[in-house]
Amino acid sequence: MNSYLLSLAIWVPIIGAVPVLALGSERRNLVRWLALAVSIAGLLVTLPLYAGFDRQFVGMQFVEVAPWISRFNVQYFLGVDGISVLFILLNSFVTILVVIAGWEVIQEKLAQYMAAFLIMSGLMNGIFASLDAVLFYVFFEASLIPMYIIIGVWGGPNRVYAAFKFFLYTLLGSLLMLVSLLYLFLQAGGSFNLLEWHQLRLGMTPQILVFVAFLVAFAVKVPMWPVHTWLPDAHVEAPTGGSVVLAAIMLKLGAYGFIRFSLPILPDASHYLAPMMITLSLIAVVYIGFVALVQADMKKLIAYSSISHMGFVTLGFFIFNSIGVEGALVQMISHGFVSAAMFLCVGVMYDRMHSRQIADYGGVVNTMPKFAAFFMFFAMANSGLPATSGFVGEFMVILGAIKHNFWVGFAAATTLILGAAYTLWMYKRVVFGAVANDHVADLKDIGRREFLVLALLAAAVLAMGLYPFPFTDIMHASVDNLLKHVAVSKL
Amino acid sequence: MLNNFVMPDLYPAAPELFLAAMACVILIVDLFVGASRRWLTGSLTMATLIGCAFITYFTFDGTSSLTFNNMFVDDPLADFLKMLVYIAVITVLVYGRDYLAARDLDKGEYYLLVLFATLGMMVMISAYNFLTIYLGLEMLSLSLYAMVAIDRDSPRAIEAAMKYFVLGALASGLLLYGMSMIYGATGTLELGLVAQSVQEGTANRVILVFGLVFLVAGIAFKLGVVPFHMWIPDVYHGAPTAVTLFIGSAPKLAAFAMALRLLVSGLFGLAEQWQGMLMLMAILSIGIGNLAAIAQTNIKRMLAYSAISHMGFMLLALMSGAASAEPDPMALINAYSSAMYYSVAYVIMSLGAFGMVLLLSRAGYEAENLEDFKGLNKRSPWFAAVMMVLMLSMAGIPFFVGFFAKFAVLLAAVAAGHVSVVVIAVMFSLIGAYYYLRVIKLMYFDAPADSAPIRASLDMRILLSVNGLAVALLGLFPDTLMMLCTATLMRSL
Repeated sequence: MNSYLLSLAIWVPIIGAVPVLALGSERRNLVRWLALAVSIAGLLVTLPLYAGFDRQFVGMQFVEVAPWISRFNVQYFLGVDGISVLFILLNSFVTILVVIAGWEVIQEKLAQYMAAFLIMSGLMNGIFASLDAVLFYVFFEASLIPMYIIIGVWGGPNRVYAAFKFFLYTLLGSLLMLVSLLYLFLQAGGSFNLLEWHQLRLGMTPQILVFVAFLVAFAVKVPMWPVHTWLPDAHVEAPTGGSVVLAAIMLKLGAYGFIRFSLPILPDASHYLAPMMITLSLIAVVYIGFVALVQADMKKLIAYSSISHMGFVTLGFFIFNSIGVEGALVQMISHGFVSAAMFLCVGVMYDRMHSRQIADYGGVVNTMPKFAAFFMFFAMANSGLPATSGFVGEFMVILGAIKHNFWVGFAAATTLILGAAYTLWMYKRVVFGAVANDHVADLKDIGRREFLVLALLAAAVLAMGLYPFPFTDIMHASVDNLLKHVAVSKL
Repeated sequence: MLNNFVMPDLYPAAPELFLAAMACVILIVDLFVGASRRWLTGSLTMATLIGCAFITYFTFDGTSSLTFNNMFVDDPLADFLKMLVYIAVITVLVYGRDYLAARDLDKGEYYLLVLFATLGMMVMISAYNFLTIYLGLEMLSLSLYAMVAIDRDSPRAIEAAMKYFVLGALASGLLLYGMSMIYGATGTLELGLVAQSVQEGTANRVILVFGLVFLVAGIAFKLGVVPFHMWIPDVYHGAPTAVTLFIGSAPKLAAFAMALRLLVSGLFGLAEQWQGMLMLMAILSIGIGNLAAIAQTNIKRMLAYSAISHMGFMLLALMSGAASAEPDPMALINAYSSAMYYSVAYVIMSLGAFGMVLLLSRAGYEAENLEDFKGLNKRSPWFAAVMMVLMLSMAGIPFFVGFFAKFAVLLAAVAAGHVSVVVIAVMFSLIGAYYYLRVIKLMYFDAPADSAPIRASLDMRILLSVNGLAVALLGLFPDTLMMLCTATLMRSL
């Protein structure tokens, strides 16, 4: 039974990017509207994935199989379970926001800008939908190209350094992963099928070696401490749209990799190395939280806050209980909304002031009251206030962690204090107080376009915070199945 | 004695004979056309190559036939590689035409040298005897020495030609020496009989291995792998770019064929010995090639070092046919077809990359520094995209053909159990990614230093675009070419 929905989710944005590119940057309005139309079409083709998803069914849905490289038995094998379907939806949704956010801000090479984001959206849908290891890897690496271009062309003053660091850092991890994929292919008797790999029996030593290779690839992407240093650079230099996609989707690829590769293929190594993973996650949560506290650059601060929040995700995965894993997944989705919103808020101010330094601001609320309200809301969500989506995920992970070990849960819970501290302190310095300087006095409040983008995100954050059931319901069967699978030793 | 003469079957060698005859015709025609009608020589050359392609295509029957007293073989492998050589040479002619005309170098000699070099490659590809291999190799090399020096007023080109000639002569000497050793040990020059003799173990092992070392050195020189790589950067840099394009493309296919025939068809019995040598050369080439390329500011030199590392990857596959007592034939075919696929992919990418250098050069101006690519995206978004595809493909980033070439090679090496070698190779290709990305950085992130519009003939624009698209499409649908390589080798070995 072949369904073409996943293919559409991948290829509609990519093929739609071709006419956008062909229009050239002269016909600016046409380019904008076409890019918006393509991104909306991209979201529309993914909606049936949610509507038609069978929540009771364990396993892959909307499966598509076709031979691709028959010499190596590589298949064009797509399918989603309750975990990956959410990310495809999130990705397609964020793409629309990015297109709108770049509407007027981008002056140079508009067509290439829009096309790069559309192509990236398609490639990232491909990553989440791939059930063939080579297909996954190919999408995983190809998605570096548009991001490299986005940071390098439309980025800040130090963009070249950031673009190279981003590309090479990530490539380092993925090349080691490639070697382990080749190894697994031979162990599996000539198959790149991920579902077959999930059943593959492996000894402890190979499991640990492969786990470490995967860890390098995914930890760089998440990013986990201590391989996180590329992220603040990339975020600071990237244009707003780039930061949004980076934080909302790209960071999730690493965490998704753990769920799809490390845990089910290497359950024994995962259990064996779980203490190390938990330690690394807690370092990210606590230590990076302190690092975020002292940042003078708003984007850098949010970048560190992202690392800290992603530490929660990896923590949730490696405590191996249902509430922890589900909490981690909720946290991933929620962080997709909240970090996107935070970066958009900084973008709104940066477009007007051309500065990201906290010290250059003060009293923004006096000139931009509507904006300040939105920013307040997202800042609260970022610090995990109940009734926002940020709370749900963190709370579930902390619950899971306390079940696992009280002190792990205790350490994780410090984030509620730290997160509130760095976010709200930044908010206070930027927004409250008297008008700090003439530039702030000249600020204009957000326009309709910006209002629309922020309102959409605010609605999503609030909805998820008040009623997370639609999200947890869709992933529940898949998470249970995953945990059952991971509990069985392969030795 | 004359009664003993048997007319050899000329049918398998029809393309070579046609090419040789046409080369003589063009030699005479060119004497009578002046500079104003030079296009006639060029068109005849092109027509000759297309004619060869037709002959090769229509004489293809999927079987192997030996002729000239078993000195010459016509098998699917030879036909396939020859077809690719024709395509590569035609591309070289199209890309190089304007460049040579602007420098007054499009003399009749150029076209003749191209034809004779092509004939040399064809003989190399079809050789089944040490002497034929040597004959083809020298025919190719001598033509190339002269082509490098075709711009006789350029001291740099003359120096390059001298270096190439002296080192090339040395390498030919090594090769001959190795061949004579093996002849001494086995008493035959024919590859099939050599293989038999080695397999039976009747030949003196010490002399065989001694000869093998020299043979491998000769092959390594022609492929341009470490430690016999010194000539590559200087020759690539010194030669006129149109000639560099030629040296950097089709001859790699011929060198691959030579390596395959000598090492696999001839000396597979010594695989254990030559695999060790190849592995060392492969690692060194990948390492030194990628490290040295970072330091280059001249794109021709950068591509030269990149060629060294690419040939290292090719060797990695060639040495991955397991040398166990009972080798699995499919594993062997997989390894060799990966090497072949890599060579083919490399030739396609290399043609495009040097084609881009030619595109940016114009009368009185050599666009050979990396800086000349600055801001290409502003000047011509399309060709900047083509170059980006080529660079990413060379760096081994999907979805481009270069990724799948590396993938096939690495898989063959892992299958042969060389995991640590593979890890070293991918780490060096990570380093290599840097200098390819730097070209993209120059094209996309920097402002143009030179705003002259890009002028090129229509056929060059089209062919270069096709070249770029081929790299992308062969990456999206890599199966056809891979299967073709495998099927060809299965029928030939």
